[in-house]
Amino acid sequence: METRHKILVLDDDTDWLKLSSEMLTHLPSKPEIRTVTSGARALALMETEPFRLLICDLKMPRIDGLQVLAIVRRRFPELRTVVLSALEDEEFRSRAYALGVDLFWLKTEMQRNMQMYLDCLESLLGRESDGGFRGIQSKSLMDIIQMECLSRSSTVLRLTRGALVAKLWIQDGELIDAEAEGARGEAAFSRILAWKSGTFENLPAEPNREHTITKSVNALLLESAQAMDERANPVAPESVEQAAHRKTIWKLALLTRENAESVVVVPPEGHGEIEALGTQAVQPLAHWTRRAVEIARRLGEHIEAGPLSHLAAHNLERQLLVLPREDKSFLVGWPPNVEAGPLLEKSKKIVASWDS
Amino acid sequence: MGFLKDLFQRLFRFRSRAAVQQLPSGSIAVDREGNVVTSTVSSAYSKDLLRAIGRDVLTLFREAREAQTPLAEINIHFVSLRITARELRGGAVIFLFPQSALSPLPN
Repeated sequence: METRHKILVLDDDTDWLKLSSEMLTHLPSKPEIRTVTSGARALALMETEPFRLLICDLKMPRIDGLQVLAIVRRRFPELRTVVLSALEDEEFRSRAYALGVDLFWLKTEMQRNMQMYLDCLESLLGRESDGGFRGIQSKSLMDIIQMECLSRSSTVLRLTRGALVAKLWIQDGELIDAEAEGARGEAAFSRILAWKSGTFENLPAEPNREHTITKSVNALLLESAQAMDERANPVAPESVEQAAHRKTIWKLALLTRENAESVVVVPPEGHGEIEALGTQAVQPLAHWTRRAVEIARRLGEHIEAGPLSHLAAHNLERQLLVLPREDKSFLVGWPPNVEAGPLLEKSKKIVASWDS
Repeated sequence: MGFLKDLFQRLFRFRSRAAVQQLPSGSIAVDREGNVVTSTVSSAYSKDLLRAIGRDVLTLFREAREAQTPLAEINIHFVSLRITARELRGGAVIFLFPQSALSPLPN
């Protein structure tokens, strides 16, 4: 039997609560609506009853909405949260989203776009709680860590899952330390990766933090992913998705072994899909690779310099190597500190192994 | 004198019979518009050819910038020529190195 989700509406204005409740009865999934007029009462109610969604006002006496949301985020990380406020100040919107709310909606907008508001709520009610870290919707913790490292940022990621708190120290894109559940270093990192959901926030960097992690992030992610895979599916026959996943893991391992940062595989325009690992800027890099090969080949013919062997380029952040092949071109990204001499051979090795 | 005369005559006869297009060697500097500002490449090569090299190199730098990957240096390795281009305030300094079997292996 299908269960009805429960929505809790928190607002100090009783007239608004009545109106809001009336409106929510139009939701297609017909959820059960509860209303409260104070933050303290809302928190007490959430301790005793499971709710799917909290709709919260910001401006309230004693405990304001942001305080309620901060507590909710710690105590009920699975709960979906919506801020419904008359405050149009952008600062409040930013602060609410920083607290991991799923939706910020203005009361004035709600009156104008009621259907859209209800559609959003219905979507939040229907979304399966299949993990993911709040703050960046539908991103896994692996994605968040990779984003921080790829952007070479320096930060402290504070992760919260219910009563559990963990921290990851990232300095110049390198993971230097982790702390969780009484463990430290790589052991703590493995434990954190086992968390399927939670919230996170960025704290200021701590450059003087002691280094307890020596392996690269990719290597640690790879090890954890393999360990999780083995735990989750020890003997089940391999599906197409699993085979693709395994292949991705294998390619990631190849990159890690060679100490490469990224690979973009670019087929000719309109002849298949671009494949990429280790970079967010897939389309721009693929476009540049395609153009660079095209321009260089044309120039080679013009000056009769023979076939194009490869292109190498660098800036302060990375070294790039473009290897043109008959059916596709490969762009291999390397860190700036890797010795340039053997890069061509190492890149050729990656390319040769790629589709094997 | 007889020996030198003979040598020059042989060379002259050889060159008049068969000509091999040599690959350009030297360096050129191009401004941000692709105009060749200075060049140490032999004047036997047309200005248009050098301009074409400069223009293509600037296009590679510009499109890399547009792809959010501004580059400081590009090396284009052909089988018989290596072109090394360094970005210089929107223009570029370009080095042309003909390659032979004795040339060092490319990086």
